[in-house]
Amino acid sequence: MNRACLKALFSHWRRNPLQLFAFLAGLALATALWSGVQAINSEARASYAAAAATLAEGQFDQIIPPSGGTISQDDFVALRRAGWLVSPVSEGEVGGVRVIGFDPLSSPVNFGIDELEAEEQSLREEGVLYANPETMRGVEDSFDVPLRANSNIVLGITVGDIGVVQQVLGRTHLTRLIVLPEQPLRRPKLHDVTPHLDLQEASQTADIGELTDSFHLNLKAFGLLSFAVGLFIVYSTIGLAFEQRRGIVRTLRALGVPLPRLISLMIVEVFLLALVGASLGLALGYFIAAALLPDVAMTLRGLYGAQVSGVLKFRASWWVSGMGIAVLGSLAAATVQLRQIAAMPILASVRPRAWQMHAGRALRVKASAAFILMIGAVALGLFGSGLIAGFALLACFLIGAALALPVLIHPFLVFAQNHARTAVACWFWADTRQQIPKLSLALMALLLAISANVGVVTMVSSFRLTFVAFLDQRLAPELYVQVLEAKQAVAIETQLPELGATVLPLLSQDTEVAGQPTRLFGVRVGPTYRENWVFLEGLPDAWDRVRDGTAAVANEQLARRAGLWVGDSVMLTKDHRITIAAVVADYGNPLGQLVVDEALFHTLHPQIEARQFGVRTDDPAALRRILISDLGLADSAITNQSALKDISLQVFDRTFTVTSALNVLTLAVAGFAMLMSLLTLTDLRVPQLAPVWALGMTRRRIGQLELMRTVVFAALVCLFALPVGLGLAWVLLTIVNVEAFGWRLPMFLFPLDYLRLFVLAILAAIAAAFWPAVRLMCLPPAQLLKVFANER
Amino acid sequence: MVQASPVLTFRNISKSYAGESGLVQVLRGVDFDLSSGETLALTGESGSGKSTFLHIAGGLDAADSGLVEVAGYDLSTLSDVQRAHVRRENVAVVFQQFNLIPSLTVGDNIAFQARLAGRVDDALLIDLAERLNLVNQLRKYPEDLSGGQQQRVAIARAIAARPKLLLADEPTGNLDEATAQRVLDALLALVTDTGAALLLVTHSPAIAARMDRHVHLSRGLLK
Repeated sequence: MNRACLKALFSHWRRNPLQLFAFLAGLALATALWSGVQAINSEARASYAAAAATLAEGQFDQIIPPSGGTISQDDFVALRRAGWLVSPVSEGEVGGVRVIGFDPLSSPVNFGIDELEAEEQSLREEGVLYANPETMRGVEDSFDVPLRANSNIVLGITVGDIGVVQQVLGRTHLTRLIVLPEQPLRRPKLHDVTPHLDLQEASQTADIGELTDSFHLNLKAFGLLSFAVGLFIVYSTIGLAFEQRRGIVRTLRALGVPLPRLISLMIVEVFLLALVGASLGLALGYFIAAALLPDVAMTLRGLYGAQVSGVLKFRASWWVSGMGIAVLGSLAAATVQLRQIAAMPILASVRPRAWQMHAGRALRVKASAAFILMIGAVALGLFGSGLIAGFALLACFLIGAALALPVLIHPFLVFAQNHARTAVACWFWADTRQQIPKLSLALMALLLAISANVGVVTMVSSFRLTFVAFLDQRLAPELYVQVLEAKQAVAIETQLPELGATVLPLLSQDTEVAGQPTRLFGVRVGPTYRENWVFLEGLPDAWDRVRDGTAAVANEQLARRAGLWVGDSVMLTKDHRITIAAVVADYGNPLGQLVVDEALFHTLHPQIEARQFGVRTDDPAALRRILISDLGLADSAITNQSALKDISLQVFDRTFTVTSALNVLTLAVAGFAMLMSLLTLTDLRVPQLAPVWALGMTRRRIGQLELMRTVVFAALVCLFALPVGLGLAWVLLTIVNVEAFGWRLPMFLFPLDYLRLFVLAILAAIAAAFWPAVRLMCLPPAQLLKVFANER
Repeated sequence: MVQASPVLTFRNISKSYAGESGLVQVLRGVDFDLSSGETLALTGESGSGKSTFLHIAGGLDAADSGLVEVAGYDLSTLSDVQRAHVRRENVAVVFQQFNLIPSLTVGDNIAFQARLAGRVDDALLIDLAERLNLVNQLRKYPEDLSGGQQQRVAIARAIAARPKLLLADEPTGNLDEATAQRVLDALLALVTDTGAALLLVTHSPAIAARMDRHVHLSRGLLK
C-alpha cells in the first residue's frame, strides 16, 4: 500500500515538473545562502579555535612587558631562579608574517608543530621555521632560514625554535613568558622579582572569536533572511501542490488509505524532496561560500587582525545545520497544508478549494498577526536589550510588515477599480485584486528583499559618509612614523620641530577602566586635536581640562559599555580619578579607548616611551626624504595620511562586499520567487482568462495586461518597501549597531540609490513575468475552449 | 439451495443532517441485505438520501444509529483506520465524477486499488482493459480521455481490486445513452464474472430494470 500511495503522490510532481522545479530550486536557493554563510562562519571559527589552541592565547597566564617594552634574558633567568615556571616566547615580523619562537622543551603548547618533529629532529639544530603552505606563498625570500611546510600551523605565522627566531629577528630579548599551569606553592610575587613586568591572566587576553562575534552574527542574520525569502517559494509551491491534490487525497481515502497513513506518507514525500533540495542547496552553498570566503578573510584580517583561511574546507557542522534547517523548514511549510488535509472530511468537495473563498478570512488573520508582531517590535524596542533582542525586533518588524502587505495593497486596488472608466480597466483592477491571495507570498518575499536592500544601502552609505568625515577628523597629521629605537624617537622629537614640523607622539597602554578592557592613549593636546576632533558631546573647555590632566576624552564604545558620559568621573588608578570631558565617535574600532594628556600618561606609565608619532608638515614628501636619509628610518616605517585613508576605506569597502553580495542574492531569490509563482499559476489562470478571451480580448492583449499587472504589484511593493527599509535601517543603526559594536551612526537618506533599486526591482519583476505572459499569449485556443467543455 | 451470506447488512439505520430549516431525517430505521453475486438498483428523488445510503454502506460516512455490516465487519464499532482497512479489502466505489488520479496513467489507475489491497492480478488487468476497450489508452492520462472512457477506467479500477461489494453512484449519469449502455453492459458482465455484490444508485428506470432487485428510497424509508 505504501508503495502504491507514494507512487500516486510522487506522480503529481512528475506531471507538474515546473512545481517540482520551483520546490527544489526554492529550497536549494534558501539552503545555499544559509549554508554558505554557515560555512564561512564555521571556517572562521575553526581558524580562531586553531589559533587559540596553538598560540596559547586565552589558555595560560602570561608575563608581558609594558607597552613598547621588552623582556630581557636576565628577567627570564631571574624568574626561573625565583621558582617561576615560565616558558619564553620571542615574536616579531618578517615580510608581513608574524614570527614566533618558542622553547619546545618547556612550552605547554607546540604552536602547531608535531611533538615528534620538535623532539626528534631538533628544531634548533635544523635551523628551520615552519609555516602553513598558504602562508609560505611569496614570503620565502624574506627569510634567511629555510621554511618548511606544515599545514597544522595557523595562517599568517611562522614558528620555530626560539634560538632560530631570535637569529632571524636579529635580537635576543623576549616578548612574553607563558606561565605554566603547575607552579611551586612558595614563589615570590612577580613584582618582587621583576617589578617592570605585568602578569596578564588568561581571561584578559582578547578573544578574537568574541571580537568578531557581531560580524558573524550579521552574516548569520542575512543568511537567515535569505533563507526566509527562499522558504516563501517552498511554502507557496507546497501550498499550490497540496491544493491541487485535494481530489487525489479524497480518492485515496475513499479507496481505503487510512488518514494517518496518508499524512505520514505525505510527510515522507516532503522529507524526501527536502533532502534532494537541501543537497543541491548545500552544493550550491559550498560554491557561494568558496567564492565569498577570500573577501571575508580579508575583511576579518583588516578589521580584527583575525587570520582566516581563504580556502574552504568541508565541515560537518554547516552541512548538518543546512540540511536540518532545510528539512525542518520544508516540513514547517507543509504543516499548515497537512493540518488542513487532516481536518478535511472524506466527503468534501473534490474541486480544489478556491483560493479567494478563504481570502477574506486569510486577510484578517494576516492583519491580526501583523498587528501583534508590530506591537512585539515596539515592545522589544522599548524594553529589550542586547543583540538578540535587536535581531528579534528586526524579525518582528520585517515579518509583521510582510504580513501586512496584502492588507495594505488591497485598498489601493479597490480605489483603482472604483475609478476605472473602461470595462477592460474595471476587469483589470478587479482581476488584479483577485490575484492578491495567490501572489501574496511572492509579493511578501519581494517586499523583504527590497526592504533589506533599502535598509542595507542606507546603513552602509550612512556609515561610509560618516566614516569618511571621521577619517578626515582623526587622520589630520600628514605623516605617521613608527620607530624601533629610543634614539630615533628622541631625534624625531628634537629635530623635526627645527624643520617647522609639529610632532604629535602617540602613547598607548592596554589597561582596564571602569571594568572594561581599554586602551589608554597619551596625546599632546594642541591645535590639531582642538580643531579636528568633533565630539558627540563634550564640555566647552574639554581639551583645556584634558591638558590640565583632570579630564579625559572617552570613545563611544567605552562610554556606552561602561555607562559613562560627559561629566562622569572614573578611577584611572587606585588613587587617580578623572572626569570624562567629552565622548568622541570611533567608528570601526572594537575596543574602548580613553585619551589623556601625555604628561598624565607619563605619570601613570613612566616606563612607556613613544614609538609612534603623527607629524604635521606643509611638505610631507620633503620631510619623508629627510626622515629616511637623516634619521635612517626605513621607508616602510613612514605612512602617508592619504595612504592610510585609502587603506581604511579599502578595508571598509571590503567589509561590506559580502553584505552587498548577499543583498543582491536575496533580491535574485525574490525575483525567482515571483517567476515561480507566476509560472505555477499560469495553468490556474486559464479558466479565469478564457471568458475574457471568448468575449473578444486577444491573447496578445491578455499577455500584455498580465505584464502590466506585475508592474503594478512590483510598484506597490516598492512603495511599501521604502518605509519598511528605512525602518530597518533605523533599527540597524540605532539599536543593532550600538549593541553589536558599541557605537551609534547618524542616518542619511539616499533617494537616487532607492530609485535605482526600485527600477531594478520592477525590471526583475517584469523579467519574472515575461515568460508566463508569453506562455499565455501562445496558449492554443483549444486549451482555452476546454474551459467551456461540459462533456465528461 | 443454500442462501448466499449477505455482504452488506443494514439494521434499523437512521441518519439525519442539520439543514437550513432544522434537522433533516434522510434515513429512518432502514433494514436491508445484499448478498454476494446479487445486483440491486437504488432509486429515489434528488435529495432523498441515495448518496448518503451509499456512503454509509461504503464506510465513508457513519450512521447515527443502527448496525451496518460489510463482509461480516460491524462498521459502527470500528475506528476510522479500521473502516479504511475494511473498505480497502472488501469495497470498491465507482463515483459519478470518476475520481481518477490525474497524475497516474490509465494503466496505473486501473491497477491502483488492487495494489493498495496487495492483490494485483496482471491477467485480470489485461482482461479488464480488453473488455472495456481501454488497451490503447493504458499509457495515456485521464485528462486525455473522454468522459465515457474515464468512467470505464473507474469501473476497471473497482473490479480489478476484486471487491466483495461494489458500490456505484450513478455511474452513467454523465454519459450519453449509447455510452451509458456500453458501460453498464461491461459492469454487469464483470460483476457476474467476479461474484461481487453490486449496489447501484440510479435515476433511470431502464437501468434499474436490468438489476436483480430494485428498491426505492422515499422519505427515509426503502420500498
